[in-house]
Amino acid sequence: MTNEAFETPNLLLALPEIWLLAMACVVLVVDLFSNDRDHGPAFWLTQVTLLGGIIITVSTQWGVDATTFSGTYVADSLGALLKIGILVLAFLGFAYSRDYMRDRGILKGEYYMLGLFAVLGMMVTVSAGNLLSLYLGVELMSLSLYALVAIDRDSSRASEAAMKYFVLGALASGMLLYGMSMLYGVTGTLDLGEITAAAAELDDRRFLFLFGLVFMMVGVAFKFGAVPFHMWVPDVYHGAPTPVTLMIATASKVAAVGLFLRLIGEGLLPLLESWQHMVVLLAVLSLLIGNTVALVQTNIKRMLAYSTFNHVGFILMGFVAGTPEGYAASVFYALTYAFTVAATFGVVLLLARKGFEADHITDLKGLNDRSPLFAFVVLILMISLTGIPGTVGFYAKWMVLKSVVEAGFVWLAVLAVIGAVVGAFYYLRLVRYCYFDKAEGEGPQPTGSGGFQAVLAANGLLVLVAGIFPGTLVAVCLAAFL
Amino acid sequence: MIEQLIFYVFALVLLFSATMVITVRNPVHAALFLVLAFFNSAVLWVMAGAEFLGIVLVLVYVGAVMVLFLFVVMMLDLNLSQLREGFMKHFYIGVPFAVVMAVQMLLVVGSGLFAPETLPEARMPIPEDVGNTALLGSVLYTVYVYPFELAAVILLVAIIAAIMLTLRRREGTRHQDPGKQVRVRKADRLRVVNIPSARRQSEQE
Repeated sequence: MTNEAFETPNLLLALPEIWLLAMACVVLVVDLFSNDRDHGPAFWLTQVTLLGGIIITVSTQWGVDATTFSGTYVADSLGALLKIGILVLAFLGFAYSRDYMRDRGILKGEYYMLGLFAVLGMMVTVSAGNLLSLYLGVELMSLSLYALVAIDRDSSRASEAAMKYFVLGALASGMLLYGMSMLYGVTGTLDLGEITAAAAELDDRRFLFLFGLVFMMVGVAFKFGAVPFHMWVPDVYHGAPTPVTLMIATASKVAAVGLFLRLIGEGLLPLLESWQHMVVLLAVLSLLIGNTVALVQTNIKRMLAYSTFNHVGFILMGFVAGTPEGYAASVFYALTYAFTVAATFGVVLLLARKGFEADHITDLKGLNDRSPLFAFVVLILMISLTGIPGTVGFYAKWMVLKSVVEAGFVWLAVLAVIGAVVGAFYYLRLVRYCYFDKAEGEGPQPTGSGGFQAVLAANGLLVLVAGIFPGTLVAVCLAAFL
Repeated sequence: MIEQLIFYVFALVLLFSATMVITVRNPVHAALFLVLAFFNSAVLWVMAGAEFLGIVLVLVYVGAVMVLFLFVVMMLDLNLSQLREGFMKHFYIGVPFAVVMAVQMLLVVGSGLFAPETLPEARMPIPEDVGNTALLGSVLYTVYVYPFELAAVILLVAIIAAIMLTLRRREGTRHQDPGKQVRVRKADRLRVVNIPSARRQSEQE
């Protein structure tokens, strides 16, 4: 029996994913046969893979608009942009993590393999053209991350975090899948393009369709960590090894943006008026809870977890308008936020040493005396996260607010600005510790190899440069939607 | 007629075994009743024309999942009285919730919005002469090759994660090293001792 509808897939279009999968298998085999206790070959191969992935993505997918694998895979500028973000963030994450993992005896080859597979899952998610590939991408990402959280299996805190993440994540995946099954039941197709077309001309089946939409929104909100589906975030951020937290806080957020845009933002755009208010509700709750609870946190990882809600609120606000400009603002916000937070976790990793986590906010006291360079990096990061004019965080917030005001939600913009002002307190407190307080005793010294320090400093300075010249990145984000 | 008879027999056994799964006291018996329930639903699926799903249900659920489940149930020393503790206390809280949920489900399902007529026509009508195993096979490796490969990658991740989380080299555990076992020579283990043979009784006499 032959299938007449079948066309031989154009593998070249999916080259970034194929490259990543092939190289992940190479890493698997190479690490098996290498005797290096520090897993050097796996580390370098992983970084080469990620850099190669960036080059391949830029050269084969930017400016393209095509589908392959019978429509299950979409190659377009939006996917390319998000993939580049994910790959760069993963590169930074691996670059910052080596010393930390070695000191704790959890530097294993599997760390790199599972990390690569998580990145692969994110890339699959952001260029999915079909509910099946979208869901499988999300699962591939989530399953790898669950295992990564548990990588330090002798730590009871990490095991607890992994268990919570796994159970709640499985529940959210179930919700997502349930919603998708409703969509399939109503439209009879798994193809996102056909679902969009069907959503535009719903009649008597509208109710069932919205039923599915609500379930999918719950699943997506969980992956974002948006309030009220946020319960897992603080414990997972706190319990997971810091490099894994970095990956969950940065790359997976970018992937969640891709998930939202593919599934709801673009896939169900005809139903904008139905999901607009759900997103507004999620954004408002995230802004309120995030800022108020973050005020009283004394652990940096927990503080960043709660302040994530604030930023997730902003990212969701960009979706409210349902316009290309709003989506571009959200992508810009997510990318710049992820880069800033990656560097923040990098500083925590820099100060950590064997048997000491450096994740308490007072550990930053007097950092300027010990390392003026990294105190300056913290200064840049914190004022950017606050959103003080002149930084990249400011432009991101401004773009989002502009799109929300244009959509007619002025009160939401006002609420978000008040939230940002409250957020200034806990971000600038870290700056005060760095510059105006003396350390109790010696204080943690910056450790880590020269390469690590150079990449971290470059990361911090890039945040500064992006704040001075935001135009290029803004233009790229806008181009991805036009 | 005969088809209906078969259907009702298997459906009744299915309902019976499903009820037994949640009522029997012994977890091993519960697992075995679940196996019976799977078998009966597999037969129902085959009768409905979904023979591939029926076979997969038996192979995957009965053959793999339930066997694993039985292993776990047998290996964990479950303290049943401890598990049942406080059942009555929670029972009174649980019942109102169950009733509310049942009413809600009835309202949604009974509203007619989920009636089969409201759903769209099947887009790919099943031809009479081809079984659905062949149909699935023809699209699984062509139209759906990308999701198929992704599922394979997920399985690979599961293997890697399982090994990472469970394999540990501890001192003092007894384990076999096949390499050493193969390399071993007779001289390493076998010592031939020359023992002077004792004289037979008869010779002494």
